[in-house]
Amino acid sequence: MLLSYLPILIYMVIAAGLVGLIVLLSELLGKKKHFPSKDMPYECGMDPIGDARSRYHVRFYVIAMFFIVFDVEAIFLYPWGVVFKQLGWFGFVEMAIFIFVLVVGLVYVWGKGALEWE
Amino acid sequence: MEYLFYSLAAVALISGALVVFQTHPLRSALWLIVNFFAVAGLYLLAHAEFIAAIQIIVYAGAIMVLFLFVIMLLNLRQPEEELARPRLGLKIAGITVAVLSAVLIGMGLAKVVLKPVTELPVGLGNTESVARLLFTDYLLPFEVTSVLLLVAIVGSVVLAKAKLR
Repeated sequence: MLLSYLPILIYMVIAAGLVGLIVLLSELLGKKKHFPSKDMPYECGMDPIGDARSRYHVRFYVIAMFFIVFDVEAIFLYPWGVVFKQLGWFGFVEMAIFIFVLVVGLVYVWGKGALEWE
Repeated sequence: MEYLFYSLAAVALISGALVVFQTHPLRSALWLIVNFFAVAGLYLLAHAEFIAAIQIIVYAGAIMVLFLFVIMLLNLRQPEEELARPRLGLKIAGITVAVLSAVLIGMGLAKVVLKPVTELPVGLGNTESVARLLFTDYLLPFEVTSVLLLVAIVGSVVLAKAKLR
């Protein structure tokens, strides 16, 4: 039972190992020349102004909130997909109602202009 | 199997403690991710694959993003002056309360009779059985969930609207 997760574990180990290897290799093989303009946050671009720890705009919070809500919606699609064939049209209508209520929310958000960045 | 459980539990406890002991909120948030993954592993050991997936997708994914945005929203700066150290009396009081409650909880836990762990019947706890219950017996709560999510959408728009406009 638990053995069926072995591929996932191997995958995670390979992914982490690859990241470590790349960082290690670039540390070992790369040249390290430092001069003031290279050590700036953006070597080519505007000179940074002020502190990096500035207050974020509330827009980010709204977007994150929508992300959670629609993420939770998407979560319900997984179990639905697993038993979709057994449920038949009944399950389809159930999920259609569920999605419809959330589409109402999406329309509301869109109409209010909360998805606009300006 | 037991070793896996104990090591995951140890990771969960230690990372949970580290969440509390950080002075910097962003570091707390990062340790919380470790905690989420350890708890997801514990769910997997209990054959609750769906809950484990939710734990990672929703908690480590979405809710963590919200936490980080909220922390950044609160305008983090290094405190200009050193944080006031708690006085000796407060320290003693805190430690006493902590030890006493640990003893009380421990005494309560000692009374729990542990039954031998048996394997769950095949098919219980997996995504399919959760789904079958969710879309038949718990149909109404499922549909009400969509209304709850709708309220969350409207609520967050109303809360932030004054700032957006």
